[in-house]
Amino acid sequence: MALDTNTQHSTENGAKWRLEILLTSPFSFIGRQVIRWVNNLGAATIFLYLALIKTFRSKQLSKTIQQLYYIGAKSTTIIMLVSFFTGMVLSIQSYHALVKFGAQGAVGTLVSLSLIRELGPVLTAIMITARAGSAMTAEIGIQRISEQIDALKTMRIDPLRYLISPRVVASIISFPILTTVFDLIGIIGGFISGVILLGLNSGVYFHGIQANVEMKDISDGLIKAVVFAIIVSTVCCYQGYYSHMRSDSHGAKAVGFATTSAVVISCVLILVSDYVVTSFLI
Amino acid sequence: MTTPLIEFKGVTKCFGDRTVLNNVNLQIYEGHVTTIIGLSGAGKSVILKHIIGLLKPDEGTILFRGKPIAEMKRAEINSSFAQMSYMFQDNALFDSMSVYENIAFPLQETTNLKKAEIDRRVMARIEQTELTDAAHKYPSELSGGMQKRVALARALITDPRIVLFDEPTSGQDPVRKNAILSMIAQYHRKFGFTAILVSHEIPDVYFISNRILALYNKEIVFQGTPEELEKFDHPFNDEVIHSLEALQKELTGLYSKRKFKVMNQAQLKRREFGENYCVAIFTLEELNTIITKLGHDAAQEAIHSMGLYIDKHFGPVGGFSTRRRINEIVTVLPYSNLTEAGNILNNFVKDFQTHGTHEIWSVAQKHLTAGKSVEFTVLAGLAQGQPATDIDSVIALAKSQQKVIGRLRCAAEE
Repeated sequence: MALDTNTQHSTENGAKWRLEILLTSPFSFIGRQVIRWVNNLGAATIFLYLALIKTFRSKQLSKTIQQLYYIGAKSTTIIMLVSFFTGMVLSIQSYHALVKFGAQGAVGTLVSLSLIRELGPVLTAIMITARAGSAMTAEIGIQRISEQIDALKTMRIDPLRYLISPRVVASIISFPILTTVFDLIGIIGGFISGVILLGLNSGVYFHGIQANVEMKDISDGLIKAVVFAIIVSTVCCYQGYYSHMRSDSHGAKAVGFATTSAVVISCVLILVSDYVVTSFLI
Repeated sequence: MTTPLIEFKGVTKCFGDRTVLNNVNLQIYEGHVTTIIGLSGAGKSVILKHIIGLLKPDEGTILFRGKPIAEMKRAEINSSFAQMSYMFQDNALFDSMSVYENIAFPLQETTNLKKAEIDRRVMARIEQTELTDAAHKYPSELSGGMQKRVALARALITDPRIVLFDEPTSGQDPVRKNAILSMIAQYHRKFGFTAILVSHEIPDVYFISNRILALYNKEIVFQGTPEELEKFDHPFNDEVIHSLEALQKELTGLYSKRKFKVMNQAQLKRREFGENYCVAIFTLEELNTIITKLGHDAAQEAIHSMGLYIDKHFGPVGGFSTRRRINEIVTVLPYSNLTEAGNILNNFVKDFQTHGTHEIWSVAQKHLTAGKSVEFTVLAGLAQGQPATDIDSVIALAKSQQKVIGRLRCAAEE
């Protein structure tokens, strides 16, 4: 009889314990994820800080110019192509929407403000993430798994100074310049679509831009570009640099996963930070 | 008592739940070639990574010239580590840079030397390591052996005082293994650096090592000379050294010095007093000149070829051989008297002069630069001993009896 009571107690305890686990496990999972996120955020901030303070060491200029060429100059063609068609499609869409109200004269204003305030910085950042950011992660990741980063350390060459700092600085310089290129080509694309193809008056198109675009719009767009540059370069370099510490994979697979993570995290953070920065600037 | 250059005191290192080093104590002395031996995955590379500062111990102290590294100031640590260079097991070459750029890289990044001076130093190293034709190739376009040489050239370009070699011969054939070890020995003599090696190449690595450290079961179980290791009575000898030596015999046809001694003693014990045995000793003269003119690979290929011919002729009559020095092979003929041994040697000489020299000639032709010539001289000596006689004195007698058995002069056309 006593044995039966004990068994009954232990069964009840077991059931209670399972229920507790069931109820608390989602929270503990979320808790672990949050802690991991905060840890990574802190580590990435220190990583960025260390990379930035090493910018002004000797022999950095040539490496920064090399990265400027790769991240900036070599991305120009794709940026021009994307911006041209973005401007054209914006112009065509806004023309057909505004013509219903007889307000097609505002096409120039709409195209230019959309590009300068939002689409220019955001699409430029996303395009560079896809082109140069992913390459940054993969290149640094491969250097990590093939012990090239360890080799740098054994030669007393700081990997943060040699690999990361030039990429961060080159991104901070390239992003605003490419954003400006995006805005200009986008406006030209809008002009070709709206004026040449749809027959808008060219004077009205440019007057709308001149009258409504303010210096603050341009500077806000460039501030966003700098913020995105910092985010993209830090996330992509950080993911590559620590690809050997991933818990989900090892070796070449880890580099692949790190590259995917870098692109996804960068894109999400670009959009989230766009909202945050806009709400501060507006 | 000399202060060790590097000393580990009670160093323990764990990766997660796995303990790799447990209370490791070791000393490495300046100017020596110290080799760390042990089974794969035993933690040999982990020791090297602690020395160069890539890893930090969980417990214990690492001392550099008697001073704990943990108590040093940053500038002091930097100046200590600046004297070191590291050759990685997988080379860790920068794959987006050419051979020239890889070798020049440490000078470009860590010194203020002018471009012309960097160029001069790099080209000198490229020539020394026989990489002239590959200077503008990328690492992926090179063979494993050439990549090793690039890594070696890069490790030596800054004229370091201490060089750490992490399995410098892994993935190489027996000839290239010996060529790399010979290269390390030659540079060690030439530049006088302290070399710390991790290697499996037992016994070849003994020829160039002053000290051996044996890592077994997460601890250093032996520190001493290669000769002392031969007498070391420990399970390490059975589990590690014997298995590696068996592999060595299969690959080269030559026994290790230790195995050779054991076999010799076993043979002599079976003999009765009054029965004779013979010792033959073969030397390839002027090895350093051959290395200078043809390179390490060719020199080792010539010795390897000589070893194969010796095994071919003396093996079938019960002879067993070992490499006594880097250019010297000793063979014991346990069942032959001096007359029989003389006959076998004559047959060997005929075959070696007809076919063996031809092989060496073709090796030389491949490596010889136009307008240069090189001479190979092979000496052989025979001596007879009795079971009671010490083998070393018989070897010394054979050495004193050495005569030229083959001379080959190779010249490359202009």
